[in-house]
Amino acid sequence: MWQGRTRLLAQNTLPCDVRQMVLEAPELVNLAKAGQFVHVRCGDDYDPLLRRPISINRLDPVQGRLTLLYKIMGHGTEQLSRYGAGDYVDIMGPLGTGFALQGEKPLLIGGGLGIAPLLALADALAPRTVTMVMGARNAAGLICHDDFADVCGGLHVATNDGSAGYGGHAPVLAEELFARHGHDMIYACGPVPMLRYIQQMSARLAIPCQLSLEEFMACGVGACLGCTCQPAGEGAPYKKVCTDGPVFWSGEVILHDH
Amino acid sequence: MTTKPDLAVKIAGLHLKNPVMTASGTFGFGKEYAPFVDLNQLGAIVVKGTTLNPRLGNAGRRLVETPAGMLNSIGLENPGVEHFIAHELPNLKKFAVPVIVNISGHSIDEYRELAAILDIDGVAAVEVNISCPNVREGGLVFGTDCASAGSVVRAVRRATGRTVIAKLSPNVTDIVSIAKAVADAGADALSLINTLLGMAIDIRTRRPKLGNIVGGLSGPAVKPVALRLVWQVAKAVPLPIIGMGGIMTGEDAVEFLLAGATAVAVGTANFVNPRATLEVAEGIGQYLCENNLSSVQEIIGALN
Ligand SMILES: Cc1cc2nc3c(=O)[nH]c(=O)nc-3n(C[C@H](O)[C@H](O)[C@H](O)COP(=O)(O)OP(=O)(O)OC[C@H]3O[C@@H](n4cnc5c(N)ncnc54)[C@H](O)[C@@H]3O)c2cc1C
Ligand SMILES: Cc1cc2nc3c(=O)[nH]c(=O)nc-3n(C[C@H](O)[C@H](O)[C@H](O)COP(=O)(O)O)c2cc1C
Ligand code: FES
Repeated sequence: MWQGRTRLLAQNTLPCDVRQMVLEAPELVNLAKAGQFVHVRCGDDYDPLLRRPISINRLDPVQGRLTLLYKIMGHGTEQLSRYGAGDYVDIMGPLGTGFALQGEKPLLIGGGLGIAPLLALADALAPRTVTMVMGARNAAGLICHDDFADVCGGLHVATNDGSAGYGGHAPVLAEELFARHGHDMIYACGPVPMLRYIQQMSARLAIPCQLSLEEFMACGVGACLGCTCQPAGEGAPYKKVCTDGPVFWSGEVILHDH
Repeated sequence: MTTKPDLAVKIAGLHLKNPVMTASGTFGFGKEYAPFVDLNQLGAIVVKGTTLNPRLGNAGRRLVETPAGMLNSIGLENPGVEHFIAHELPNLKKFAVPVIVNISGHSIDEYRELAAILDIDGVAAVEVNISCPNVREGGLVFGTDCASAGSVVRAVRRATGRTVIAKLSPNVTDIVSIAKAVADAGADALSLINTLLGMAIDIRTRRPKLGNIVGGLSGPAVKPVALRLVWQVAKAVPLPIIGMGGIMTGEDAVEFLLAGATAVAVGTANFVNPRATLEVAEGIGQYLCENNLSSVQEIIGALN
């Protein structure tokens, strides 16, 4: 694990007001795996006080770079957006578990900004034939479409309003794909209702599935016990999203909305 | 001044190489921060609140960030004292740092039993948590009343040969009388403060943000309150004090030392800066250098 100030090489605005940060952090990148996250200090003062966990979107081990994606949601991300190229950003990581790389024909399902960790995963799964299902409210909300098109064998798009690709929810489209392609592993990240649907679908189809979860965090390293999620077993100790996750096998956890 | 100032302090029977310890519940069992901090450089390690039996902790959301602070309602999740002794203590023993075990119970008997079980090699002291705001039965109910605070500490005192530290709650009207009661009951030292009871509401859903409704406030937001309480108790009670509440920097720690604390604990700051403990210790040393002081003893209680 590494913590320190890393140089921001670029802060870009992507479509749909998604921000992309490219950071130079060779030590961290050397240790990192797809599915892990970094804990980012958003500013220098006490407001906001706590770091924000952000998924590793992409790793470039050759150049020692990592990419993060975020949307301005509140105070932390608003502060983050004020950094410019050349500034130093305090990050720690890589934190958490990564995705288990398995299956011959993996299917990736991402909703909204939940696609963020799946790009690093698609890179890591190569040379397998990766199929990606990307969901968004509308065509403008499809994030990193071209990047996924580059690395995935198949890219399918679902929009709630039907303005691009399949008109409907991503997991429903995913379920249709199963019948045709015989996928043997599912990975998903996105809103809780979507993950819950996929959890049930994976159980129904008896296909192994990993979900990447979010929870409010303080320490990010398993010390504060603040980021718990409910385990599947009755009376079993809570799981910590920061160290037991953020990637879980879908049968391990019970999902709750916030 | 060319020589390094002497940072060593003594808390009853404990010799600390510097006055900076970890605040219970914010540093896990030490191993979580070992990638960032050389644990041997700490004054002492105070581990997560431990109970007789394992506790699952509170359901629902446990953390809310607040201006310059945070609320937590962990609910004393811990694997229980036997697990601690079998699986965490052996690792902690490898370091040349006093290990202090924070204990909580549902009853005076439970505190006594915990203290007796922990009267073992490798445990330097017990910190008696009579101030946890997050569990109904244990902790705070004992810490808000002089008689029961005294009874808990007296029971622990009888059950152990280790140093006994009483951790006090700020959620009382008169902390000095509680401090006197636990001093009379045989406490060797005092820790203050635990978190301040608070809450936060989501106005869209009109629901409390925390699953437990209320939680404990910590971080820079509580520092002025903590400092005032340390100062009040230090004037009135002749026991060494471990001061805590919102310490982020060496300067913050110096304020607590000036107010009368012999040592300090760093809590929430660890979440912001995993090396906060060490940087606070360095900051104290730097303050001493800048003021041509040779020892940290010279600033303890040295408020003008
Ligand atoms: C493992 C992990 C990976 C993450 N990856 C990313 C990422 O790649 N990109 C990204 O933009 N964000 C990511 N997040 C969320 C991120 O940490 C921040 O919470 C988010 O960016 C909002 O921060 P803020 O300070 O701007 O908003 P805040 O002011 O903190 O909050 C704005 C609103 O969002 C809600 N909210 C904030 N955090 C959460 C949460 N964890 N769960 C549910 N509701 C929440 C708040 O209640 C509030 O209503 C991740 C979180 C986790 C745990
Ligand atoms: C997440 C969290 C968990 C805590 N757990 C405990 C505990 O188990 N026992 C205890 O005595 N104090 C506990 N505390 C209180 C701290 O030890 C400390 O007294 C308080 O947070 C004030 O210091 P700070 O502002 O530096 O964090 C906890 C605090 C936090 C933030
Ligand atoms: S954020 Fe502290 S335990 Fe997960």
